[in-house]
Amino acid sequence: MNKDIVIKVCTGTSGVASGGEKVLSEFQDTISSTGIEATFYERCATQRVGCRGFCAKDVLVDIIINGEKTTYKHIKPDMVARIFDEHIIKGNPVTEWTVGEAFYNFHNKQTKVVLSQCGEIDPEDINAYMTVGGYKAAGIALTSMGTEEIVAIIKESNLRGRGGGGFPTGLKWELCSRIKSEIKYVICNGNESDPGAFMDTSVMEGDPHSVIEGMIICAKATESHHGYIYTKAEYSLAVKRLQKAIEQCFEKGFLGKNIFGTDFAFDIRIFQGAGAFVCGEATALMRSIEGKRGMPTPKLWRTVEKGLWDQPTVLNNVETFANIPKIILNGAQWYRNLGTERSGGTKVFSLSGKVKNTGLIEVPLGASLREIIYDIGGGIEGGKAFKGVQVGGPSGGCIPAGLLDTEVDYESLAQAGSIIGSGGMVVLDETSCMVNTAKFFLEITQTESCGKCIPCRIGTKRMLEILERITAGNGKEGDIELLEELGQYIRATSLCGLGMTAPNPVLSTLRYFRNEYESHIRDKKCPAAVCKDLITYSVLEEICNGCGACKRACPADAVRGKRKSPHRIDPEICIKCGTCFDACKFKAIIKA
Amino acid sequence: MEKILEKILNDYQLNKVNIISILQDIENSFGYIPEEAVFWFSKKLDIPASRFFGTATFYSQFHLKPRGKNIVTVCRGTACHVKGSERLINRLLMELDISPDEDTTADLKFTIEKVNCIKACGIAPVTILNQEVHGKMTLDKLMKEIKKIKVSE
Repeated sequence: MNKDIVIKVCTGTSGVASGGEKVLSEFQDTISSTGIEATFYERCATQRVGCRGFCAKDVLVDIIINGEKTTYKHIKPDMVARIFDEHIIKGNPVTEWTVGEAFYNFHNKQTKVVLSQCGEIDPEDINAYMTVGGYKAAGIALTSMGTEEIVAIIKESNLRGRGGGGFPTGLKWELCSRIKSEIKYVICNGNESDPGAFMDTSVMEGDPHSVIEGMIICAKATESHHGYIYTKAEYSLAVKRLQKAIEQCFEKGFLGKNIFGTDFAFDIRIFQGAGAFVCGEATALMRSIEGKRGMPTPKLWRTVEKGLWDQPTVLNNVETFANIPKIILNGAQWYRNLGTERSGGTKVFSLSGKVKNTGLIEVPLGASLREIIYDIGGGIEGGKAFKGVQVGGPSGGCIPAGLLDTEVDYESLAQAGSIIGSGGMVVLDETSCMVNTAKFFLEITQTESCGKCIPCRIGTKRMLEILERITAGNGKEGDIELLEELGQYIRATSLCGLGMTAPNPVLSTLRYFRNEYESHIRDKKCPAAVCKDLITYSVLEEICNGCGACKRACPADAVRGKRKSPHRIDPEICIKCGTCFDACKFKAIIKA
Repeated sequence: MEKILEKILNDYQLNKVNIISILQDIENSFGYIPEEAVFWFSKKLDIPASRFFGTATFYSQFHLKPRGKNIVTVCRGTACHVKGSERLINRLLMELDISPDEDTTADLKFTIEKVNCIKACGIAPVTILNQEVHGKMTLDKLMKEIKKIKVSE
């Protein structure tokens, strides 16, 4: 790392998708193929880094020359040569490609704890993690702290479960540590199936060692000797990097027998789940590791008493574990002061949808939704009006514009009808239909319902059928009331969190956007012009100049008209796919 | 087939993993879970075939029918949904002549797969064409990519 020139290329999932690997190899090739290669190669280190947070601008590249950092956005392989020539050789950054104020606003208004090393260090190198203080906390915990001392610090820090439930982490550890048992387990929940949330995956990809270190400290605190990281086989990059990190830990003696030179033993295995939303639920996840169908079991005992294979088990989320080393190093008081009175620290959210700056963000608990969406997110894309934000994924609820000043913590969000949940934040604007959005979420929970308990299996199905008929223009008087009644029952009587929270999107949109439901049912209109069965496409003849772009684009041959004279859409043939709407450059096609 | 199954069985006995891992190995080797493979394992391990099928149908990673040579995955996570993934799916089904309750073309050339989230929400809507991730997908771009695959067939 003591080199004068460092090139950092984003290789998170989104970075790779935008061509990060190609940019990286282009840099490597350019450096090794130039005549001055000998001098430069030694001074350059190409580094892979994980998620930089600001995915909308991928591929992001940092060039650091003698400590001076320049960040480039939207870099493609063919742009590498110019950066190399002008910036690295001649010392003049290519200013037209560098990131602007939005980038710095995006970062400066955040408080990074969990994400502090994500995007800064090479996730595949344990030494990179150790040079920034990695495994110091685990070392201290293992060699000079007792079980009770660790538990006391975590309790004092006010850290609460980042999987969404918000159970106090210190208390969970304490309950488990008090139980006498030969075999205990520590499980890290990295299932993260919530569509629209990617913070856990990003941490596993970008800073896997912080998760492992957190687990080691937890193992010491609860005197467990076996750990599992449960993630999905689909998250192949996360699995690969975790596997590598675990191997490096075994080599360094941070995992295995006699870790950190003590007589304490702890090992970690990765379990690759096969894709089920419900496996994010603690008991379902444990059944899945046991090789069974991932169905939740009634919690007659807490999982800290009888969890995996009926042994005491501590299960925490990826982000919870990633916080632990920082709390041990910086002290409980420091962490506590970051958040609100009832919940300490920061929370990572994935901001996506119709907002300008999409990506991963981290803010102290208690920040307002307005700060997140406008100050960090940069506001709504394309100058449209903000309508609502769905917080917490399919289990969460939708919060309307009027409540933008809501503080983000477990209690205030619950009051507004939502949850922190997984931490997904999807911003919706005037072009999003709330009924359609609620239907979308219910479709997910309905398909992912494991089928064990009746309220969830049949109740969500019936609710979905009602929403389907409303969005198809066949809604009836009384449907809204029926949805509310069913929702309340499902919430009250389901076995696990999936069922209990499944009605949330419907109930919260009914609470804040009832008029949209009413227009669908009574006027057979979709105010946001989204629901296919309730809209028609037509051509504004006075604007259409007959260019024929829509006619060529239409996959159903529904557009009629001669060149240079106004066209017409045949409603009988039109399949309402919207292709013509996108194809028209003159805004001559309307949907209503 | 027998040989591959023997190898999976060997790995299983060495590592003492569970049947989810067996199913993952079968899926990876054949691209789906053939019925014969399940009965073969059921006999060898003395585990009822119903347990294999029960587990296989529970998780979205497993498929009981053969899949197409080219896999087009459309993410329909929340971010992709609000950015129009449904339109991509409808257009694909029409373009490839697949009925809405099916996912594979009759000639086994294409399978359209809908997934809940592939964790690249910042560049929604996202599609994966034969394992290559494409962000900020549009109908136009997608149709061009499909044509490219069709031509190379």
